[in-house]
This record gives sequence, C-alpha cells and structure tokens, in this order.
Amino acid sequence: MSAKAFKQPPALRTFSSAFVIIWLIVAAFPFLWTLWGSFKIELDFFSKADWRSALTGARTILEHGSSFTGDGYQGAWVQEEFWKAVLNTAIVCFFTVAISLTFGTLGGYALSRSTYRYTFWLLIIALIFRAMPPITLVAGYLLPFFEWNLWGILPTTIIVLVAINQPFTLWMLHSFFQKIPKELDESAKVDGCTQFQAFRHVIIPVMWPGVITTGLFSFLLAYNDFAVTSMLLSKENQTMVPKIASFLGTTQTEGNVMFAVAAVVSATAPLFILVMFFQRQIVSGLTQGAVKG
Amino acid sequence: MKHKTFFWFILPTATAMLLFIALPIVSVVTQSLFTPHEQILKTVENCTPFNCTESTVVDLDATEQQRAEQPLGRWAGLSIYLDRGHLATAVIADAWTTRTSIGDFVDRLGNLPFYRAMSFTLTYTFVVTPLLIVLGFAIAVAVNSLHRHLKGLVIFFSLLPMIVSPLIGSLVLFWMIDSRGVLGTGLQWLFSNPDLSLKASTELTWIMLIVYGVWHSAPFAFVVFYAGLQTLPQDTMESAMIDGATRWQQTKYVVIPHLMPLVTFVALIQLMDNFRVFEPIVGFNAEAHATSLSWFIFNDLGGETRLLSSASASSVLTIIGVAILLSPVLVRTWRDFKAKG
Repeated sequence: MSAKAFKQPPALRTFSSAFVIIWLIVAAFPFLWTLWGSFKIELDFFSKADWRSALTGARTILEHGSSFTGDGYQGAWVQEEFWKAVLNTAIVCFFTVAISLTFGTLGGYALSRSTYRYTFWLLIIALIFRAMPPITLVAGYLLPFFEWNLWGILPTTIIVLVAINQPFTLWMLHSFFQKIPKELDESAKVDGCTQFQAFRHVIIPVMWPGVITTGLFSFLLAYNDFAVTSMLLSKENQTMVPKIASFLGTTQTEGNVMFAVAAVVSATAPLFILVMFFQRQIVSGLTQGAVKG
Repeated sequence: MKHKTFFWFILPTATAMLLFIALPIVSVVTQSLFTPHEQILKTVENCTPFNCTESTVVDLDATEQQRAEQPLGRWAGLSIYLDRGHLATAVIADAWTTRTSIGDFVDRLGNLPFYRAMSFTLTYTFVVTPLLIVLGFAIAVAVNSLHRHLKGLVIFFSLLPMIVSPLIGSLVLFWMIDSRGVLGTGLQWLFSNPDLSLKASTELTWIMLIVYGVWHSAPFAFVVFYAGLQTLPQDTMESAMIDGATRWQQTKYVVIPHLMPLVTFVALIQLMDNFRVFEPIVGFNAEAHATSLSWFIFNDLGGETRLLSSASASSVLTIIGVAILLSPVLVRTWRDFKAKG
C-alpha cells in the first residue's frame, strides 16, 4: 500500500505538529531559560518588577555595563570551589563506570552462558536489589564506615556506587550477551580455548556496542546520584549534585542563588553533550529491556 | 558452563552485591531492633569547705564503656516500628476509638509523620505513573508522524528532562515557578492574583511535584513506545484500513494492543522508580507540605544527630513497600521462566 493511505488529514496533522511543538517547549525551554539566565544577576533572573528583564538583563547592564555577566560562574567555580566538586565527580564517575563494567561483563557473560537453575535466582535477586531505593541502604553503611574510618572518602563511595549499579548492569549485559550466538565461544572452546580465553579472544572484540550502552547508564547513575553521595561524602569530597544542594542551604540567604544557577548549568552541560553524541545508544538501551519483555 | 568457571566469573559482582547490598540490609534490619543507650547517670557529692551537695552527672566513662561493649545499643524489639514516628499503633488505636467521623480520623492520621510521607509517596506513585504513560504515548504517536529529519532533533530535546539528575531538574523548574520567576509571574498574571505562590499551599505543592514527576519520566515512556511503534505490524494496519477502520479505531484496536506489553513494562519500572521519589522534595524545598518515605529516611540520617535506629526502621518499612509493589513483576518473571522450561 502506498504511503499516501497512511497520510494524516490536514487537521490532525496540524494538531499533532502543534502537540510536538508544545512538548518541545515544555521539555527544552526550562534548560534554555536557565542557561540564558545564568549570565544575569539575581535581580534580573528573579525579577519582581518585570519578567522581561531576565531576557534583556536590564539591571545586569546597570551593574556590569553589559547584559551578560560571568559573576555567577566566577562565584561558584572560584569562590565556592565548585571545580573541586567537578573533579570529584569526574573521579567517581570514571572509576564507577570502569569497575562496574569489568564486574558486570564477567558476571553478565557467565549468567548468559550457564544453563543451571541458579542463574535465574541470581537474576531475580538482582532485580529485587535494583528495585530498592538506595537511600534505604545508607543507614546500614554509616555505622561500619564510621567504625572503620571509611566514611567521607571517594573510594568508599565509588565501591558503593559500583555495588548499587551491579544489578542493573548485570541485567543489561546479560540480555546483550544472550544475543551473541553461543556457537562463537563454543567453537573457540572446541579449538582448545578455556572458557576465559574464549571470553577474552572471541567475546571481548564483539561486545563493545552493548558495553558502551551499559556504560552510559552506569555513568548517568553515578553522575546523578544524590542520596548516596550526599550521605557518604565529607564536605571536602562532595561531588557536584550534593555540592549544589549545599549551595541552597548556605547561599539562598546571602542572595547568591546565582551561584547555584551557574553550578546547575555547569553540571547539565556535560549531559547535554553526552546525549548529543550517544543519543542512539541511550535510546537503544532504554528500549532493550522493553522489547525483550 | 561448569560450576567452577561460573563461580570465578560471577565472584566480583556477587561479592560487591553481597557486601554492599545484602549485608547492609541485614545491618539495617538489626539496627532497627536496637535503640541507642541511655546515658548512665551517677550521683556525685561535691563538697565545698562549707557544705556538701549531691548532684547527678553523666558518667562518661561508664557510658563510653557500655557503647564499646554493645555498639548497637540496647534491644528495643519492635518498639521503634510502633512508636509515634513510625507506625504509631497506639496513637492510631486512640484516634480510631475517639473519632468523631472518618474524616476526623484521616485528618489525625495525616498529622503522623510516617503516614504523611506514605500518603504523599503513594499518591505521587499512582498519579504520576498513569499520567506519564498517557503523555508518553501521545508524544510517541505525534513524533512518529513527523518527517524523519525532525525525529532525531525532537528525540534529542525530549531526552533532556529524563537525563538530568532529578535534583537539578527540579531546581530548574523550581526557579522558574518561584513567585519572582518567569512561570510564577505568568501564573500570577493568569489568575490575576499577585500573591499566588505555589510553595504556600499543600495542594499546589503536590500538584507541582506531580507535574515535575510527569515531566521527568514521560520521555522514558515516549522512547519505549516510540521504539514499539517502529515494529508495528504493517499488514495488520493495512487490513484494518481496508476493513474501513477509522484512524481512531486503528489506534484503539491495532496500535494500543500492540504496545500493551510495553505499557506493562513502563508501568512496572515507573512504579518502582516513582516510589523512591526523593530529590524533587529537596529541590522544590517542599518538605513543609510534602514528604516521601525516602525523604523521611534521609531526614533522619542527616544533620548532627544521626537517628540510625529510626532511619533503619523506616528503611525496613520502605523495603516492605517495594516488595509489595514488586511482587507482580516477580510472579511474571517466574511464569516466563517456567514457560521457557
């Protein structure tokens, strides 16, 4: 049948286009608005008198002679030392993703190749762990971590985030490895490889698409986490999200809310770039579980 | 795969989960059954050259020693679960016997912190989930009819609300709906009420949080449904059209049944995720009007006095809630597994 038969009548077409445009505005406008406003002073971004001054920057011009100012960024990055939080986030994300993927590929591969019944139970346990809010575990961490002086430092948080990540990583990689034909590594084993050698020489070269997709989600989990990082990191070691939360407590009264605005924009920018480059992988990752079930 | 090989492959991930998920659960359950030691008091006699006075002071050494001997505290049994901060059974029993009406009883229930958190969490979970499915479906259908060059762009912007961390996303919205922000001003103008503030009333705060929740999670539903629409059986659509089905009938009898498994999937994932709602409450600074179970735990843990026992009890109750929500998924997975043999 020609595509013509599927063509929508004009009224419906207009309606659906309008709907998409409205959704786009709802989805993207808050970010653009905040990005624009982060270069203004507080009196413009939160303007009692005239909402348009957030666009034109009327008071910013009065104060700085130009309608853009980097004061918020300067205050956040230099004065409040947001760069430290950025560095910490980079460290936490890098190691969390690297360790999660190493553990996850080994485990996921084993789960996809073993035919015994306990693989099912392991996956079910992982699913239960995946469903638990991370904050419910924090109460269990605090006492031992204080006792052994592990609280507040980055390595502890990294390993906790790795563990919290594992159930999801296992599920993703398990279903990905199941799509790689078993014959590949079976034939390697027939040729005399051990299971590990088969994994090393046959599976690793072809697993990267799945690993990259899973890695993206591990990264997002580590990057976006607030519950665990805010409870387990000391003030000096805070990552970006808890740091932004702490801005709210201390600076809202001093009228330095623009620091937080600038920090929020700074923390969103990497995600923007990430979506730009990895849109396809993110979409495929989101739908992977769904299409299977 | 041999048991031994399997063991070595699974060892790192199993150790991580055992140490940092399974053991903490055990530890949380244990802690919820204990309560911190009371300070040991002792009576000392202070003698000045003129007279002697007796005073009661904290025996620091003895308290410290007791703490060292029993770091968990003293046995409390289920008393923490039943106290006023949690299930408050005594207060409820009292409220029930002395109630004047059902409304009065519900009101009194609403004053108890745990039930307040519970009622918001459940309302949020069960309002946001259906709404986001409907919105996600509508977006997916609308985007699917777009020109293919536009689709990528729309998907890019659609992913943003979901991908940013919930705290950041809620802050971005919070600043806009602030009474001095652009949406806040817009709403004041719309309702011609210059004092309108979304933060001031409980109902508006709840609505605000729910709107945020839908905004945050609709992209997920959209992406999943959109992928589902790509696999729509074209011949079924054609047959429906030849049989004279209207566009609405095609949607109702072909598209929606085709997407139904995906709806179940999205609903289950979102029920789990919405049940842990937490960051928006911090971001919107909404704790005066809305608290959730996760926020409740966070609040106990934060600050100078870390109320570990109380937080543990709330954690256990939350885990039980998750287990109840999760049971349909588990049953389904079990059935799938059985069917596979």
